[in-house]
Amino acid sequence: MSRAVPGREPAVPEDWELVVGLEVHVELSTATKLFCGCANRFGDEPNTNVCPVCLGLPGSLPVANAEAVDCAMRLGRALGCEVRGAVFARKNYFYPDMPKDYQISQYDQPTNTDGCLELPDGHTVGIERAHIEEDTGKTTHIGGGGRIHDADYALVDYNRAGVPLVEIVSRPDIRTAEQARAYVRELRAILLAIGVSDARMEEGSMRVDANVSVRPTGSDELRTRCEIKNLSSLRALGRAIVYEAQRHVDLWSGGERPRQETRHWDEANGRTTPGRSKEDADDYRYFQDPDLVPLAPAAETVAAIDAALPPLPAARRADLAADGGGAVSAEDAALLVERGQDDLVRAAIAAGADPGVAATRVANDLAVEDWAPVTPEGLAALVAMETSGRLTATQSKQVLAEMAEGGGFPDAIAERRGFQAMAGDDLAAAVDQVISENAEAWSRFCAGDEAERKKLAGFLTGQVMRATRGQADGAAVNRLLGERAGS
Amino acid sequence: MSPAERAPADRRRAYPSDVSGRITRDEAAHVARLARLRFSDEELDELAAQLSAVLDHAADVEALDVTDIAPTSHPHPLVNVTRADEVRPSLDRDEVLAQAPSVDDGQFRVPPILGEAP
Amino acid sequence: MTALGIAAAVKSGERTALDVLDEHLARISQRDTEIGAFNLVLADEARTAAREVDAAVSRGDAVGPLAGVPVALKDNLCTRGVPTTCSSRMLEGWRPPYDATVVQRLRSAGAVIVGKTNLDEFAMGSSTENSAFGPTRNPHDTDRVPGGSSGGSAAAVAAGFAPLALGSDTGGSVRQPAALCGVVGLKPTYGAVSRYGLVAFASSLDQIGPMASNVADAAACFEAISGHDPLDSTSIDGARDPVVAGLGQGVNGLRVGLVAELCAGSARLQEADGLDGVSAVEGVAADVIGRVDAAAAALEAAGAAVTVVSVPSAVLGLSAYYLIAPAEASSNLARYDGVRYGLRVDAANAAEMNVSSRTAGFGAEVKRRIMLGTYALSAGYYDAFYAKTLRVRTLMLRECAAAYAGVDVLLGPTAPTTAFELGAKTADPLLMYLNDVCTIPSNLTGHPAVSVPFGCGDDGLPVGVQLMGPALSEPVLLRAAAVLEKAAPPDGNAP
Ligand SMILES: [Mg+2]
Ligand SMILES: [Zn+2]
Repeated sequence: MSRAVPGREPAVPEDWELVVGLEVHVELSTATKLFCGCANRFGDEPNTNVCPVCLGLPGSLPVANAEAVDCAMRLGRALGCEVRGAVFARKNYFYPDMPKDYQISQYDQPTNTDGCLELPDGHTVGIERAHIEEDTGKTTHIGGGGRIHDADYALVDYNRAGVPLVEIVSRPDIRTAEQARAYVRELRAILLAIGVSDARMEEGSMRVDANVSVRPTGSDELRTRCEIKNLSSLRALGRAIVYEAQRHVDLWSGGERPRQETRHWDEANGRTTPGRSKEDADDYRYFQDPDLVPLAPAAETVAAIDAALPPLPAARRADLAADGGGAVSAEDAALLVERGQDDLVRAAIAAGADPGVAATRVANDLAVEDWAPVTPEGLAALVAMETSGRLTATQSKQVLAEMAEGGGFPDAIAERRGFQAMAGDDLAAAVDQVISENAEAWSRFCAGDEAERKKLAGFLTGQVMRATRGQADGAAVNRLLGERAGS
Repeated sequence: MSPAERAPADRRRAYPSDVSGRITRDEAAHVARLARLRFSDEELDELAAQLSAVLDHAADVEALDVTDIAPTSHPHPLVNVTRADEVRPSLDRDEVLAQAPSVDDGQFRVPPILGEAP
Repeated sequence: MTALGIAAAVKSGERTALDVLDEHLARISQRDTEIGAFNLVLADEARTAAREVDAAVSRGDAVGPLAGVPVALKDNLCTRGVPTTCSSRMLEGWRPPYDATVVQRLRSAGAVIVGKTNLDEFAMGSSTENSAFGPTRNPHDTDRVPGGSSGGSAAAVAAGFAPLALGSDTGGSVRQPAALCGVVGLKPTYGAVSRYGLVAFASSLDQIGPMASNVADAAACFEAISGHDPLDSTSIDGARDPVVAGLGQGVNGLRVGLVAELCAGSARLQEADGLDGVSAVEGVAADVIGRVDAAAAALEAAGAAVTVVSVPSAVLGLSAYYLIAPAEASSNLARYDGVRYGLRVDAANAAEMNVSSRTAGFGAEVKRRIMLGTYALSAGYYDAFYAKTLRVRTLMLRECAAAYAGVDVLLGPTAPTTAFELGAKTADPLLMYLNDVCTIPSNLTGHPAVSVPFGCGDDGLPVGVQLMGPALSEPVLLRAAAVLEKAAPPDGNAP
């Protein structure tokens, strides 16, 4: 077997290729459920947001939520899908959390088909479909230490039953765990940008299943795939894919073939475990739901959706990169767009700010809930103070934090706090003072090898910072230390 | 001669007493599993025969070439029937749970669930 | 006394709703042990409702068009806080937390709900023998079935227990029992009456309809219960023509088509040209065909023009129906799993509990249809059966559209025979299914149809003839039905 390629996480051996497709269920943040007027709300007392429809009581009938349909179409267009006439179908299977013992979903005529999603690194993942369906209730297994198989009984809460979901099914175009994570992050950014979901993996409003298979590198065959469920974080997604791929490689290499099945990610033990066998259980007996009528969006409806779509993350990253003239790192750009701070940075750049500094300062130091008080002009002024040497990086961060709290313009804040970067002769004097007070360290610094020098530079800079009460700029101190040692 | 008498033989309505046995006991048992019903072997045999008879009768539909005819699932071609996204009152929980066979802690109680949801 | 007569008398103060109700309750207690029309008589609730109507009248408040009229409801219509069983062990004791839309509309029309009537379990049957609570008997001859599945409602009207009743019609379940019990039964256009609160059998076919002793009462009830309902996605929106107001307009100039495929043996077919090769459904009795011919003559006498028309796909109706209806039913009846309401038979795990509950809760016919429908939908058979039947529906709609280019309404028998004896067809499901052969096409097309009594068969039992029309043609159908009602021979065998 070939050696694993080193990377951020262990990857599959070079002569094997990962083939991954993702199915992402997203809860839409509508006011009501998909087919009834019950509140779509998380965290209420069990079984308080229920009615004849979402409890599946005999005689009740579904009526589609216009906003949910609209959200789904918006998402479809944001993913570059074709939005077309669609019908609701029944997916028949028994399960206690499903009130009607069928799920209303879309089958052969989904609302959205044939889209794609471009990752920040330029790799494109095809979207097969993005269809509307209803969520199930929530089951709690009681007794037996919480393990399903040993439980004494189960309790069912139908508050979540009927909440609108869109299931986004990718094509098997994902080749690394890193891409899988990037796909989910990008999808999440799109969902937030168009405002259809809060897309929180931890709270279950965004749920990811991964279909994983492997094949010899260079071949285009599709081998047995396993569907991994229960991936509740990006970290779990990446680890599970790599684990599962390696398991397949080991099986194939040993002359065995993986069983087609659903598997679960066991976070504690870092492995997947077998779930339900897929062999003949999947006879869902789909048919068009006769209680609902087709969706047939007019061309004007789709055009209006397109016209109202906000700029999407990929375009916003490109805009930011263009405005930054190459000085904004791809990572900062992705983060800024994800947090919706790209417009602020672009406006600051337009107001004259150094693009790289503006982007880094906001990306690193403005990760707060409410940063509305920070204006582009204020940010531009702050960046100018930093680049001209009036403020140290440390001071700049503190001023930015105060600006975010509504503290006003940066020069006023800096003045109030007594911030001013020490420059020129004042700084040289402070450095010389520290050298003379730490003679032993200084001589070791001058004589030491690179590692020793680095260590002592940190110590000496710290002493300068202490002496100047943080008004010195670390980079400038470092430069002066080098000059003094060389002279 | 009445139209029935004039009808071609293959379009005549016939209800044969001997049926094709197009559904076997095993198939009936499989269908029963899907439908979550339990039958004895004798019941399965009888069901298999009765269902076969109905399907034999439906052979006229089965044999029909309707590939170029679009399906009609609703007699009335309504589309885009939706409702506004406005919250309506939910039911009183006690009234709902009062109808349940078993209840615990404001929830519906069921025996342990062995399998997972598909 | 007719429903409209009662409403007029109550409104004018000539009679009280309570008095009317008590008279009907007395008849029920006198004879329903023998007939078995009701699963539940709501004497107390009905008296309260009747007193409210009387109080409104004495206050001078406006009361609805059915003020004080006792109405019986098929026991598959949800009534808030009142058991709704579908005549199944599965739902015994279930009290819905909501009213069906039709029930709300009846109440606001001033009607007094007198009880819940027996049916074939979950409306699956044609004789009301498939009830978990025992059969209903035909008031004209208690050795015979009342038809089904709305047999309890039909018998209740025929026995004078209530002037009006609601049934549901999926393959003929309003019209066929109406015919066998000698009452009027209307299956409205699909979507004309809200299905919200009707326990589903086959969603694309189910429609609630009125049953009455006369055409005007049925029309008044239809007006009260029909109209758009935002709770039913398949409900038809928009204005409707009034029905009751035009009932007396007659049929002068109306074009009536006798359906060749439903009328084998009719004298008119033998005279008609161009019908070579027409294949007709078998088993429609000669005496029934005779009454259809007589009805055609009566319509002609009233100024209608009767011709013979062919709707070839009508003969496919039964096959298509017994694929579509069980398929939808198998899905609709999945929810009876013992978790949220209804019967639970406990077991070691949830899946086994589902199986035990369903096996104990459903009767043989319901299980048979669930099995058939599950099979028809399952992998490998969907295209051969269910998908194909949807195309057959298109074919039928096309042929009907062609027929309605030449005629205004179609005429045929409602049921193949008069009421048969209890137990006569229970052993052979297919034989039982054949009862619906003439009524099913209207369910598949979603078109309205009405059965109106038109004399008796050779055995002296009532025969119903069926008028069918295009979508939303209820005003025309009921107008023609009123003409037949007037022309019908006096009923020599009133129950
Ligand atoms: Mg899904
Ligand atoms: Zn609800």
